[in-house]
Amino acid sequence: MNDLLFQYLLRLGDDSLILGQRLCEWCGHAPTIEVDLSLSNLALDLIGQATLFLGYAGEVESGGRDADALAFHRDAEDFRNCLLVEQPNGDFARTMARQFLFSSYQLALLDRLCSSADGRIAEIAAKAVKEVRYHADLAADWVVRLGDGTAESRGRMIEGLDDCWRFLDDLFAMDDGERALAAAGIAADKAALRPLVQGRVEQVLRQATLSMPGLPWQVTGGRTGRHSEHLSRLLAEMQVLPRAHPGARW
Amino acid sequence: MSKDWPLWEVFVRARGGLEHRHAGSVHAPDAELALRHARDTYTRRMEGVSLWVVRSADIVASDPDQAGELFEPAASKVYRHPTFYDLPDAVKHM
Repeated sequence: MNDLLFQYLLRLGDDSLILGQRLCEWCGHAPTIEVDLSLSNLALDLIGQATLFLGYAGEVESGGRDADALAFHRDAEDFRNCLLVEQPNGDFARTMARQFLFSSYQLALLDRLCSSADGRIAEIAAKAVKEVRYHADLAADWVVRLGDGTAESRGRMIEGLDDCWRFLDDLFAMDDGERALAAAGIAADKAALRPLVQGRVEQVLRQATLSMPGLPWQVTGGRTGRHSEHLSRLLAEMQVLPRAHPGARW
Repeated sequence: MSKDWPLWEVFVRARGGLEHRHAGSVHAPDAELALRHARDTYTRRMEGVSLWVVRSADIVASDPDQAGELFEPAASKVYRHPTFYDLPDAVKHM
């Protein structure tokens, strides 16, 4: 059971960590200074969540690894994040399409985890769910603004959403281990979350005067460490400093 | 992009019971996004519990060139402060 819990915590923590790192790439490049700050705020919230989940993962593993060791000294195939969060930022519309999907998913997930049978998970979820409610709201707002905006912004939002739709099955993927944790009341049953998330997504897309993209061929594998090439490059940048100077302090 | 957006003045209430105070300004296309930008720019270090945003263009300001006639005459009128007056001892609780 401990190994299952460890794997589950990696999934939760890695999602937040990798998306947080992705969003950091916008720092200094966003369309306006206000948007720059708002993206950095999302990133920092996510990295904070990752610290809590990975810290707990390290304790469960009890092999002497803390959150930093797990973040900076694992290779791509040991990461358990979903494929959606490792995708490149693209333009602002694509970033917001990705954020909208992920935050909508994460909100439903954390909402459920607030009543997890594991007290630590419930505590982290209760803290994070408030942050994520804001993320989901902000991203939905941008989906509507861009989708129901100019011909240019609309086209870009449609492209952004289309690009994300390949990763939906991966986002909600569960294996036997996670199902066992869900049966024990520790993990959330993602299959049950999916209609909730889909309903919310449909509602926002309608408001954005966009139609729900059809489900294209689905890529999966993130939860078992089969990632796209994008993850290795992201990790190379994120991990270079702690690996070049192990144990360095400010 | 931001130069196409109007400017909004941001007022932050630091704690319940205190007044909203001017914190700065943000660019935003409308009031809703102005509030979001204000939240992300001026309350990220626990500075506030409530926000107001006002279109900068809607604020009517006094003319700095008129500062002389507007504000200087008050300088010589210390009797407008209640502390100017000596109260007889018989008057209590003032």
